Amino acid sequence: MDLHLDRISHRYGAVEVLSDISLTIPQGRIVCIVGPSGCGKSTLLRMIGGLERPDAGAVLQQGDAPDGCLNPLTFVFQDFALLPWRSVAGNVELVLEDHTLPRDRRDRIVADVLARTKLSDFRDALPKQLSGGMKQRVAIARALAVNPAVMLMDEPLSALDAQTRELLMDDLIALWTRAPFTAVYVTHNLAEAVRLGHRIVVLSRRPGRIREVVSIDTPLADRRAGDPALEAHQARLWQLMRDEAEAADKELSDV
Amino acid sequence: MSDMPMASRSPTSDGSRPVPFRGGGFKPVRVRYLGAVVIVVLIALIEWGTRTGVISNLTLPRPSDVLGTFRDLWVSGLLWEHLLPSLSRLAVGSALGVSAGIAVGVMIGLFSLARAGLVPLVAAIFPIPKIALLPLFVIWFGIDEGSKYALIAFGTFTPTVVSTYGAVDNVDRTLIRMGQSFGLGWWSIVRKIVLPGALPGILSGLRISLSIGIILLVAAEMLGARYGIGAYILEAGSLYDLERLFAGVVILSALGVLTSAAIGWAERRLLSWRV
Repeated sequence: MDLHLDRISHRYGAVEVLSDISLTIPQGRIVCIVGPSGCGKSTLLRMIGGLERPDAGAVLQQGDAPDGCLNPLTFVFQDFALLPWRSVAGNVELVLEDHTLPRDRRDRIVADVLARTKLSDFRDALPKQLSGGMKQRVAIARALAVNPAVMLMDEPLSALDAQTRELLMDDLIALWTRAPFTAVYVTHNLAEAVRLGHRIVVLSRRPGRIREVVSIDTPLADRRAGDPALEAHQARLWQLMRDEAEAADKELSDV
Repeated sequence: MSDMPMASRSPTSDGSRPVPFRGGGFKPVRVRYLGAVVIVVLIALIEWGTRTGVISNLTLPRPSDVLGTFRDLWVSGLLWEHLLPSLSRLAVGSALGVSAGIAVGVMIGLFSLARAGLVPLVAAIFPIPKIALLPLFVIWFGIDEGSKYALIAFGTFTPTVVSTYGAVDNVDRTLIRMGQSFGLGWWSIVRKIVLPGALPGILSGLRISLSIGIILLVAAEMLGARYGIGAYILEAGSLYDLERLFAGVVILSALGVLTSAAIGWAERRLLSWRV
């Protein structure tokens, strides 16, 4: 299933946040969206996921979601959004309970996604007992449980420290290499973008417009931190964004 | 709370000295049994004062006499004759008021129409001293138990509504967005996300509601009941029987401590997930 964004524009009151955004998200690819803060990238992601309505334009699905897909467009949030009163397994089960699945199938899915995210030993732990990285693993496991057609990741690693971020990036690459998934990955971290993105969409500052789309052809599994080709991409992205970011930083927020 | 650290040590021979410690304090530490000790010491002081004559017998009864009255109450069986009707009034009245309050509070929290329509009404009836309405309740619900149930129910209802819709408002919106993004149904979101998320606020509101319930229980019993703690206290008061008056007051205090402990227990059981 591909997603197509058709000329999306949006404003909050008098403030135009997104302007004329057209973009295709091809199946099996990770599309990163980067941009200075306040450029509307999270808003755009919420529109893709149907949590917000654009003023103009539309998000279109092309083709059907794969079989066994319970929730085609699935979010991974920056602040994890785990229910603190449910255990790790309970949090994953939550998103399966509204689907009529036989008990043993549900248990199998939970066991499978916990194994894939290396959480099997923590299935009965409560979120308060987990570190930030583990919490985000639970959120990723929960997203995988519904077998999404497209994962919508809203700065999923931004609340984590640098080491944990590095580990989780490796995990995401391993997950993708085993079973390629489609993802839209919003981030302000260019190092994440060049490690994980097949395509990197650079948005300008408010109102967000697409400034440039950069494609990186190196297979994900071959990308290493410190790779000169990636560094070059990252430097180029930073060049594109630098002035915008500086200007965005000096803007008064009147939202 | 703000226990001050030790002053810095004198400098050593080479002129180096430890950096003075300025952190710590401002953090409640659990101190066991101190509450009970304060009460025991206070009672012991009063006992000593009334025995030596520093405190005249007219101003305060001797604690040991109050205890004796209490024993008489127990032996004669009068204790249960007064306590059981009071407890059942409190239980029925507050169960009605609290359950209606939680239901209305959740409705206000979930539906804008309910909020717009009911919040002003609740604000209007909250400050009414409910005891002033007792004559009205007597006409509506009868002179016996009905009016007392109604008074306690009405009194516990409004604070429960206010704390419940506040608690629903405070449920983390990102969790609700998460539920929606996974396609959970409306009822699932309410049952699995909103209600558990509102439970801490509801339970702490319950502490206030139940204390108000106890106050109204006594007030209702003072105005018209043959049996009950309130009636007992009123009778003792009009005879100037301070020992019996205090025995009644002690029962009320115990009732307050017990309900608070019960809610504390429920919080520890139900809210162990809190950080």
